[in-house]
Amino acid sequence: MKFRDYYETLGLDRNASADDIKRAYRRLARKYHPDVSKEPDAEARFKEMKEAYEVLKDPEKRAAYDQFGENWEAGQEFQPPPGWDGSSFTYGGGEFGGAEHFSDFFETLFGGRGRERDPFGGGFSGYREARMNGEDVNARIQISLADSFHGATRQLALEVPEVGSDGRVVRRQKTLNVTIPKGITAGQRIRLEGQGGPAFGSGAKPGDLYLTVEFTPQPPFEARGRDIHVTLPVTPAEAVLGRTVKAPTLGGTVEVRIPPGSSTGKKLRLKGRGLPGREAGDQIVELRIVVPEKPDSATRALYEELEKANPQNPRAGLGV
Amino acid sequence: MTAKKPTGVHGVVLDTRTTFTLVEFCSACGVEQRRIVEMVEEGVIEPIAGQDDWRFHGEALLRAKRALRLVRDLGVNWPGAALALDLLEEIERLDRR
Repeated sequence: MKFRDYYETLGLDRNASADDIKRAYRRLARKYHPDVSKEPDAEARFKEMKEAYEVLKDPEKRAAYDQFGENWEAGQEFQPPPGWDGSSFTYGGGEFGGAEHFSDFFETLFGGRGRERDPFGGGFSGYREARMNGEDVNARIQISLADSFHGATRQLALEVPEVGSDGRVVRRQKTLNVTIPKGITAGQRIRLEGQGGPAFGSGAKPGDLYLTVEFTPQPPFEARGRDIHVTLPVTPAEAVLGRTVKAPTLGGTVEVRIPPGSSTGKKLRLKGRGLPGREAGDQIVELRIVVPEKPDSATRALYEELEKANPQNPRAGLGV
Repeated sequence: MTAKKPTGVHGVVLDTRTTFTLVEFCSACGVEQRRIVEMVEEGVIEPIAGQDDWRFHGEALLRAKRALRLVRDLGVNWPGAALALDLLEEIERLDRR
């Protein structure tokens, strides 16, 4: 077990006052709270800060922790002194929390979930016996647009906390076959009831698992909400004359009628060809004219004739 | 670390297709009913309009859960949490564009 330097975690001196500790924690919490922060490691950092604050804000726990003095460094191998009894410590959390598992270091020193305190209970309602609902677990799930289009079952491996045979919380690899509902879009959440962290005490509920959906890139398709955007290359002749051409959609190849006189950037809407739903999305096809990069002499000659026959200035609107 | 056989699970998508009764909503949030009442009174979440009994969309669950964490971890009150959530949602909306 590694020693944890709680002062270092909160960026504090060992002689910091209670006010300093609260200020430091609140400032860091606003920066690293997983619901607010965009820092990539926010969740892990925040957990460390919370654990540090849990100890340092409580004069009893802080005094106990301070006994280990300054001789210890973060990461150093640590064993509590013989006869150490952490079971008398109380533990925050309560109604708003759900069970949180702190580090082994914390749980060895302070016992962990013996009792909890209701943060809104205040004064005398004080401490009560623990009955803690499990922690919610948040994870991301990467799916393809085809998964959303057709509906699918995807295997998801994730680490969840679990109570081991010795009563301690361990991280366990868990594999779930998750049903992906048809028409789900990026950023949407799937709630899997009871698949989160374990409950403590009788009558408590396990936490839930929340999956945030992300799409793996799948060119040429790009999802914006339920609509699917595709850029469709067309030849100058197809764009000028108007033609029916093939276009890919998530449901397979379809024929698209290009209206005569279509320029690059023209958008055609294929109704209902996007992601399914009560109101299915559309596929938006944006045309892009592709010219022959190395025209042969015959083609060049034809273009020169075209130039003479059709002397237009497409830049007139720019005042040049 | 032992890996158990994968279990097949069905979730619900938390959007307007999913609704919760007040009892279900309390259970999903893991809090007592009075907390939900406070959140509605302070404008953190809104029940679905035009119904006799309170019902909530799936999106309200995400908002309520987030508000509960902010209140617990940052020491803000309900109006503070509601303001933070409104601003965060605005940022997310701008990011999507």
